[in-house]
Amino acid sequence: MSYDWIIDVLFWIAVVFLVGVYVSWRATRLDRLHVRVETARAALDAALVRRAAAALELAASRLLDPAASLVLATAAHEARTADAENREFAESDLSRALRAVVDQPGFAGTLAARGDGDGKSVLDELSSAAAKVAYARRFYNDAVAQARIARRKLLIRILPLAGRAPLPGFFEIDDDPPGI
Amino acid sequence: MRIGIVCPYTWNVPGGVQQHIRDLAEALTALGHRVSVITPADDDAELPPYAVSAGRAVPVPYNGSVARLAFGFLSAGRVRRWINEGGFDVLHVHEPAAPSLGLLACWAADGPIVGTFHASYEKSRVVSVTAPILQSALEKITGRIAVSEAARTTLVEHLGGDAVLIPNGVATERYAMAEPLPGWQGRGDGAREDGGALGFLGRMDEPRKGLQVLLRAFEILGRERPGLRLLLAGPGDADDVAARVSPELRDRVVVLGMVSEEDKVRAYHSVDVFVAPNLGGESFGIVLAEAMSAGAPILASDIEAFDRVLRGGRAGALFPAGDERALAAAAGELLDDPARRKQLSAEARAAVRAYDWSSVARDVLRVYETVAIGDAGVVESGLGA
Repeated sequence: MSYDWIIDVLFWIAVVFLVGVYVSWRATRLDRLHVRVETARAALDAALVRRAAAALELAASRLLDPAASLVLATAAHEARTADAENREFAESDLSRALRAVVDQPGFAGTLAARGDGDGKSVLDELSSAAAKVAYARRFYNDAVAQARIARRKLLIRILPLAGRAPLPGFFEIDDDPPGI
Repeated sequence: MRIGIVCPYTWNVPGGVQQHIRDLAEALTALGHRVSVITPADDDAELPPYAVSAGRAVPVPYNGSVARLAFGFLSAGRVRRWINEGGFDVLHVHEPAAPSLGLLACWAADGPIVGTFHASYEKSRVVSVTAPILQSALEKITGRIAVSEAARTTLVEHLGGDAVLIPNGVATERYAMAEPLPGWQGRGDGAREDGGALGFLGRMDEPRKGLQVLLRAFEILGRERPGLRLLLAGPGDADDVAARVSPELRDRVVVLGMVSEEDKVRAYHSVDVFVAPNLGGESFGIVLAEAMSAGAPILASDIEAFDRVLRGGRAGALFPAGDERALAAAAGELLDDPARRKQLSAEARAAVRAYDWSSVARDVLRVYETVAIGDAGVVESGLGA
């Protein structure tokens, strides 16, 4: 008489336990990636809002000529009010408008000299905001790329580990900052 | 901000990553931020006040060479405690793919984590095998920085995703002032009675650094200008270089070989024109940036990287790469024109400010602010995550 069957049962319990731990670990990783995508998206939205605000501030500063102010204010307003479908186009347009205005010869020097240093602080804020949009977008797309790779893995496709989280999409815009 | 920086390699061993972290930590501190660095260090090593030891690193073979790395339960425990007690707003991990403190820190922390990737290498089997192991730790990095285009390519190929490019900074102040080397006049403001001096710094046996172009140009220039001397510094065999110079010019070519950091700075201040005859393969040209910081009038080949750093010729004269006749002609013009040299020197000092550590620290800080939205900060991760 032997207790072989007990060994067998213990073995299978151990296997099921280990598989469970592994699946749960994979689920945790995927969940963490989804959280990262959401956080990165929030950071990107915040950076875009801040850039539009900086552009509006420059437009409203009375330091520019009226035509340049109008170009900037319109582009910033479009970017802020665009719906999801047109968001990327509107943000790209704002990048182009900023470059068109700021990259004019002697622009930074002239502005810095105006308004008792106001010009310089507005310009610094704009430069920082534009750089952060580029960074935030890279980080968001990086997170999206990794989440999408993870979602393609066999285990994730077989088991519903992703839950109902939608497959995140890349955010593609022209975000080259103006040369300040 | 409270910033925690993780250094993967032993603090007191000279290395690019350690130097980068030291300069960054000091630049961030100067901007008013609170920085703590955790690093492997030998027991008796003296650490700056902002650095914390995670214990000794052990030499182990890794990825084709012997690296000194810190790992194991003791290091992991110290990293965990440092994260727990630090209360950081952001954690900045350097070379997180190396099996050292960086990887341990990714493992032990949750929250805004920035990772800087320094190394670049060809696609290697080792990395392909280890990628799945690394992946779960590296997935936690919320903002990735590459220090060069090559490092970024490596990162993208091995691990996917993307990174922002923030190049290394130059500690411009370190080069700004120095006495010329003994026996050298240093650059004067007026015309040179003694014929003046040209300088070169870089690997002498690496053809892409272009020393052979400069030596050929000196065959022309040295004969035209009886007093002109050539100062060469960098790794390479001095006799080998001497053999490449005509016997009658040989005593006017001074080969220093490898020089200390201090003598390097003095070398930049010893010559009238600093020549960078590189033929290509430079992504940035750290030597050029150092020479610019020293205010040396520069004559460089017109490869793309140099053209950009020298602002299309405004912060340093350019000549067609590989053309020794053009080099000789341009160097001759500069030697005869003290006003132009002075102007190039001033322009170079101004242009190099964009590569100063203070500018780099500002960009890195923008990355911190981008990832550290909200005020949760960095917290210790649960075990096994």
